[in-house]
Amino acid sequence: MEFQSLYEAMSKMDGYCYPNEIELNWSVLIVLYPYITGLVAGAFILASLNRVFNIKALKPTYELSLLTAFSFMLVATMPLIFHLGKPFRFYEIMTTPHLTSAMAIFGFVYLWYLMVVLLLEIWFDYRYDMTIWSKENPGFKSIIYKILTLGIKDVSNKSRITDNKLGYFITVVGIPSAFILHGYVGFIFGSVKANPWWSTVMMPVIFLFSAMVSGIALVMFIYMAVSIIRKQKLDMICLDAIGKYLFYILLIDFVLEGLDQIHRIYVAEESFDILNLLVHGKLFFTFFIMQGLIGTLIPLLTLGTFQFLKPKENIRKFVYFILSLCVLVGIFFMRWNVVIGGQLFSKSFYGFTDFKLDMIGKEGFLGGMIWLVVPLIILTILLWLLPPWKKAPHIEHE
Amino acid sequence: MPVQVKRLLIAFAVFIALFLVARHFLRPATFGEYGHYRGAALKENEDRPIKYVNMNETCITCHDSIAAVRDSSVHKSINCQTCHGPGYKHVDDPQKTNIVKEHAREFCGRCHSKNPARAKVIKQIDMNEHNKEDECISCHNSHNPVLW
Amino acid sequence: MVKENKDFSRREFFKKTGVIAGGVLFASLLSPLKAAQSTEKSKSDDTWYGIGLDIEKCIGCASCARACKAENDVPKEPFFFRSWVEQYTITNSGEVKVQSPNGGIDGYKQPVPESEIFKTFFVPKMCNHCSKSPCTQVCPVGATFVSPDGVVLVDPNYCVGCRYCVQACPYGCRYIKPDLGTVDKCTLCYHRLKKGMDPACMMVCPTGARLYGNLRDPKSEMVKFIKNHTVGALKPNLNTGSKLYYNALSQEVH
Repeated sequence: MEFQSLYEAMSKMDGYCYPNEIELNWSVLIVLYPYITGLVAGAFILASLNRVFNIKALKPTYELSLLTAFSFMLVATMPLIFHLGKPFRFYEIMTTPHLTSAMAIFGFVYLWYLMVVLLLEIWFDYRYDMTIWSKENPGFKSIIYKILTLGIKDVSNKSRITDNKLGYFITVVGIPSAFILHGYVGFIFGSVKANPWWSTVMMPVIFLFSAMVSGIALVMFIYMAVSIIRKQKLDMICLDAIGKYLFYILLIDFVLEGLDQIHRIYVAEESFDILNLLVHGKLFFTFFIMQGLIGTLIPLLTLGTFQFLKPKENIRKFVYFILSLCVLVGIFFMRWNVVIGGQLFSKSFYGFTDFKLDMIGKEGFLGGMIWLVVPLIILTILLWLLPPWKKAPHIEHE
Repeated sequence: MPVQVKRLLIAFAVFIALFLVARHFLRPATFGEYGHYRGAALKENEDRPIKYVNMNETCITCHDSIAAVRDSSVHKSINCQTCHGPGYKHVDDPQKTNIVKEHAREFCGRCHSKNPARAKVIKQIDMNEHNKEDECISCHNSHNPVLW
Repeated sequence: MVKENKDFSRREFFKKTGVIAGGVLFASLLSPLKAAQSTEKSKSDDTWYGIGLDIEKCIGCASCARACKAENDVPKEPFFFRSWVEQYTITNSGEVKVQSPNGGIDGYKQPVPESEIFKTFFVPKMCNHCSKSPCTQVCPVGATFVSPDGVVLVDPNYCVGCRYCVQACPYGCRYIKPDLGTVDKCTLCYHRLKKGMDPACMMVCPTGARLYGNLRDPKSEMVKFIKNHTVGALKPNLNTGSKLYYNALSQEVH
């Protein structure tokens, strides 16, 4: 935001703010950061439900969830790096991490999750297929597969069993990792004691469950979209199962966030008055309408109804499609309300600043949209390179 | 050991080795000297230029007569640069840079306009009533603000 | 019976030793967290700077804010401050109004008629140079730190501009320098301190409302200030270890 004069800038304020609070420090890019990492963690958890908890109905989305998680994970740090004042110094967080900072370990948590969990799980899952595909496909594609398999040519049953066992192990390690990844992102906000809107022990837990909600909704949406594009029949048992898990976890998320707000209202600490004004004023639309109504209540009630009354397939398909979008939008605004909402009131508790999202620029609407579109492009490429529907049938062992 | 594990271990070992090499070269030389920061930053903070000069060593050596007036007045505890602004340029080249103050009423009003929050020992006037057509210095000497 | 007791106590002893050893091991694992609380009073002979601001003496002329901007190249526009002055006005009905037009540099317009003012006063603000500073705690790379003499400094050549410290400062004392993209804040005029000169804001204060000094020297003016006045710090509930002591601080001030 550029201001022509001090008094123009001050006219956007309401009450008193510290003079340095005239600028909003974290904009839409930092809204996207927890949003995208949340999608990753959530999509991974959905994959684990199939693999570790052995929920067979979710099988059609297993590889799709992993590839979705992976493609979003690849860009998860990009909004962060782009919002830095000195983007080319980002490596410092890896070379001299300051261990008392909640942000410092993110580089390592990120790398662990990307390289050790997601990459390895996908690699073990596709290793056998990539070896086969490298023989079947001529030219360039074959070379890519050969590089990706690290030159391994073994296609024996024994090697597949090894892949399977190690992949399972990685998934088991991956579940706590996914929890840590997103709980940790919540802690980055929850540990800022200067900001009463953020500073709550519930923050990591809330972030975690909303992450799962958004990730499951994303896989639901992508599964439907990919099937429609490929003109394949949707597996309704799978969709209903996703819907069921979405319902349960959304319910937990709703209860946790409700608890957090009730606690705030009941204890009504020093900051309560300003937060109360915030929620009923500048955050009313994004908090009550977008996050509460569209993102939570409507999906919750509809999915809840589906657990008892199942309408016709076509109606369910349509409703799932819409609901997955509602949830995705709702969770986006949940992140928005945390990140932007936490900066709209002055730390003096005596006033508010304003925030208007620009259209262009790296911190603008379009600049932010890039980081939601790029993962989808990456996913398209991954689906071309590693199509789940061309995989060899799963082998049973033990 | 299965071939997959072997290859992966090699790949990860290469990756970690590269990271450690990069870390070695990217870590600043003085990092960690006193704490988790670049030790050289302390010196860099120290070496920034000074703009508000030491009054006794500079201002008063030339403007001793004005200093004498000031020293006998209620303004005696006020640093020259409180009103005249930073003196470093003037000290470097007194001919070229003049820091004589503009005579605007608002300038004196910074301290002397009426405000109930101001301590009563500070003389205060209502800027809209007190001889509002005149410059302050037409009646008061700012270095010794009794009437001329 | 006695023997049993002895055995029991021996078992207790091993149990306790085990617990203590485990605790120590666990604590050493947690040692990164310790740093957040340990910056205070490391070597008691060193200088450990503290600041005193006297609200009773402040006349709100904002000479400090002007001098700070000139001395430290604080951007005049857009409108950031290392040092600024607020005027608090509490009305008879208990409403709190705060203003700080251009950090106090542009003077104050009192919207409340004098008959309705319950009390009014100026509050000069600057970095609190906290000993348990939340801003240095959260810096992910080590670009901001407490100097050995207790001054919170920034390393602009190392700062990545993530703005986490700006969020973590409860007092609004940090901002991003628009031309550099790195964070900036009050250094207590570290470049002047080290040459034996007072910080610019203290040098120009016409009423002597500002002072600083060594908190570890019982004879320093600073320690006398704390001793002889009823002093308070801002937002003590946040346990920032603020070393900025206000005389006559009203509870309305945040």
